[in-house]
Amino acid sequence: MPALGADMEAGTLVEWCVKLGDHVKSGDVIAVVETQKGAIEVEIFADGVVSNILVPVGERVPVGTVLARIGGAGAAEATSAAETLAVAARTPPSPARAAPEFRRAQPSAAPQASRLKVTPVARRRAAAFRLDLAGIRGSGVEGAIRLADVEAAASKASTAPPAVKRGLDLSEMRKAIAAAMSRSKREIPHYYLSETVDLHAALAWLERFNAEKEPIDRVLPAVLFLKAAALALREQPKLNGFYENGTFAAAEAVHVGWAVALRGGGLIAPAILNADKKSLAELMSSMRDLVERARRGGLRGSELMSPTVTVTNVGDRGAETVTGVIYPPQVALVGFGRVVMRPWVVDERIESRPIVSISLAADHRVTDGHLGGLYLAAVARLLQEPERL
Amino acid sequence: MTDEELRRLILELICEIAPEADPAIARDQDDLRETFDLDSMDFANLVVAIHKRTNIDIPEADYNKLFTLKSAVAYLLAKAKA
Repeated sequence: MPALGADMEAGTLVEWCVKLGDHVKSGDVIAVVETQKGAIEVEIFADGVVSNILVPVGERVPVGTVLARIGGAGAAEATSAAETLAVAARTPPSPARAAPEFRRAQPSAAPQASRLKVTPVARRRAAAFRLDLAGIRGSGVEGAIRLADVEAAASKASTAPPAVKRGLDLSEMRKAIAAAMSRSKREIPHYYLSETVDLHAALAWLERFNAEKEPIDRVLPAVLFLKAAALALREQPKLNGFYENGTFAAAEAVHVGWAVALRGGGLIAPAILNADKKSLAELMSSMRDLVERARRGGLRGSELMSPTVTVTNVGDRGAETVTGVIYPPQVALVGFGRVVMRPWVVDERIESRPIVSISLAADHRVTDGHLGGLYLAAVARLLQEPERL
Repeated sequence: MTDEELRRLILELICEIAPEADPAIARDQDDLRETFDLDSMDFANLVVAIHKRTNIDIPEADYNKLFTLKSAVAYLLAKAKA
């Protein structure tokens, strides 16, 4: 079970997308897990053949649990899918994350059930069926409950394995946000800076850029913000990476976690990979795809694990300024407020100009305000040269 | 297309973009973005969808004419006849 967020402790396996004997290759979606952030597709990051599926549908397991094993083509030893996934996942930074209660303790989790004699496979199947073991008569030695007993009970109750709940539970997401943001405010000494930027050049250029294009090919101002924020990180790599175990490690790529507000509440920031290297058209396409999947379901685990920084854009119905809370273990969050028309001094004359407030929340353990100011100045400068974005 | 057909089409497309939207609450003069909590990406997707279904060209400069049901229907009718 991969860690799909800063404070994820466990997840429920809701669907296997592969079966025993299937050939898989790196990047394939092998399962869907339900987390506090909704149903997330889990990918495999190795090639091989599925040799063992260890967690049944419906079972909730802690982060780090081996979900399945794959054997490499021709390899003698099986590889743990979860171990492979764990390579891609960042090590949880907080010591609390390694708490022993998250070890695979499910069979003894319920005191009442633990007094019953139950075979492990029967216990797992009962959990999948959501059956109370206390209500099942065992036919094994000394009344031990066997797999056949569980299946018979399930059949009697006319319960096919229940459709495991999928989709977003907003109260659960709120808990996840609360946990991550509380940890951020507790552990990260934030500092905040902002810069007010004239968007006249950027929006005029974008209008020309979009003028001859079909609606599907037009680019939103948010894409210019994203690209400028990503490019400026190349100049200030200390804002792009992770602070873990008392040390900062700069990321090798710029994977921007793009904050997506969910209707009805909630927020998720999946990654737009290599945002500094993508064209505006590619970024628009990535953003459109990501926003849709964030709201409808279908985000992938790698998209939640890989952001190296977060960018939030409140859009044309948001507030004029936004000051963010860093998503740990990242070390910076860049915020773009609503574009507003304001008086602006141009060549000693006052003109009406579209203005945006750009903010930076950064981790004082890694950088200081001088560097942060240089970063915001770089974003502002890039937005004056939109043709180079 | 008639007024009513266009109105229905716009609401149908909004419901595809924002599945939880309740078209019954739509009022002609209200801002669709406010009524249905549409952000700039949703609105861009609405324009794409209208263009795809009607083949009516909608320049970016005219997006503000689609902000209410009433203005959107009037705009699209005029463009369709042009």
